Amino acid sequence: MSPTHIDVGAILEAAYHPVYNDLVTRATGRTVRDRIEQRLADRGTARLTIIDFSRIGLIDFSCADEIVATLVRRSCGDAPGYDGCFLFDGISDAHLDAIEHVLERDALALIVRISNGGHRLIGVVSTRERETWEYVLREHAADATAVAAQLGVDEHEATHTLTALERRRLLMRDGARFRAPLGAVA
Amino acid sequence: MSAVITVPESLDESAFESVIDQVAAQPADARLIVDARHTAFGTPYGITALLCLGQSRAVRPTLMVPEKETTVGYWARAGVFAHAESLFELSGRVPAGRTGASSDVWLPCTAIAGSEDVHKVVSSIQERSEAILGQELNADPRMIGRFAMTLSEACQNIVEHAGRGGWVMVQTYSWRRIGRRVVQIAVCDAGIGFAASLAPSQARRFGDRWSDARALESSVVQGQSRFPDPGRGQGFAGIRRFLSPWEGKLSVRSGTARIAIVPAWDDDVPMQEGLSSFPGAQVSIIIPGKAI
Repeated sequence: MSPTHIDVGAILEAAYHPVYNDLVTRATGRTVRDRIEQRLADRGTARLTIIDFSRIGLIDFSCADEIVATLVRRSCGDAPGYDGCFLFDGISDAHLDAIEHVLERDALALIVRISNGGHRLIGVVSTRERETWEYVLREHAADATAVAAQLGVDEHEATHTLTALERRRLLMRDGARFRAPLGAVA
Repeated sequence: MSAVITVPESLDESAFESVIDQVAAQPADARLIVDARHTAFGTPYGITALLCLGQSRAVRPTLMVPEKETTVGYWARAGVFAHAESLFELSGRVPAGRTGASSDVWLPCTAIAGSEDVHKVVSSIQERSEAILGQELNADPRMIGRFAMTLSEACQNIVEHAGRGGWVMVQTYSWRRIGRRVVQIAVCDAGIGFAASLAPSQARRFGDRWSDARALESSVVQGQSRFPDPGRGQGFAGIRRFLSPWEGKLSVRSGTARIAIVPAWDDDVPMQEGLSSFPGAQVSIIIPGKAI
């Protein structure tokens, strides 16, 4: 199934006249997130949703919390509000300032595709989680046996880490193998 | 009953305390004559706080405008009178000129009442930021976005908490005491203030120790919010995060208290209590730049 693509710039354009290209204020963040969530509800089941910020100028802390952190919070945990993973696309250094701040505050993490095309895991993860995620990314897909061998841990611990990353929507499971949710260019 | 309130020659954050002291000594229904005839200089904080004084009075006060031509001309270009005329009876010679794009003011006095006002301010400031931050602060390009974010969060304090509109103003000036150019963002309102805004969610844990000072600590230092949702209270935490590498200073006055995040170059006190009461919240952000 192909990923769902949500253009945040288009949502902002549709929501406001005159048109803004900055995501500032909590009220704006709430409006934009409501529309993203409506799209998520309308789309049915999709394993990956790409949320595209490439046409957004600035994001302030309030919008970063209201849109990014809230979507991540609601996608994780025991009773997630959405199925599937998110990839936050078109992220610039200016966006990262606010996004990293809100992720740190709430111990959240997510995957971004930087404007130059590279993928990055940002936010709060343990060293073992980061090593595991980066190995899976390099290999495109890996199972617990391969992760255990690469990181020098037992298979039970590798399984635990992979499952924890899956619960945080930072990896997707295909049978016994896991892969990072990277979108069409992966 | 009328009372004359003397505005100091140099109207900055510290000097405005003398204005508040004079106002606090008057009955709430006194008719104030705010005498700024001898005022020669006003920082964004002083100017926006002066507008709050007008907004806070039950009886419309009179503002005697500065006599010095350069000062009254600057106040006109900074949009002071455009807002003051709806709050005060203006007395004295007010220039007819209006605020314009060619103004030497970075961000003129701008009313903030809703989210759309913050959008406009952020767009406007980014257009002018690159040149000014480079000239005044030797700032790297990444600072422009951070500066706009700081401004946005400060303005949202009014939208989210004041319960009525306020004003923002941004200007650069030479601060002789520290020997540097500085940029000041001032965001002032005469709304309900921090203690009233936070009381429903925070006051209980303090009991009878709840005060303006505890409310400021809760919000500015601890990042508490009056809203129970996770992730609220980001504003001041974000502002402090950006100010730290710039050695910037943040101060917030509300009610009878004032809190300051004091950088090494300044000798301000972190907390003042028992000040004369003034409604709302007055926020000052100072970012130091080049030596003068």
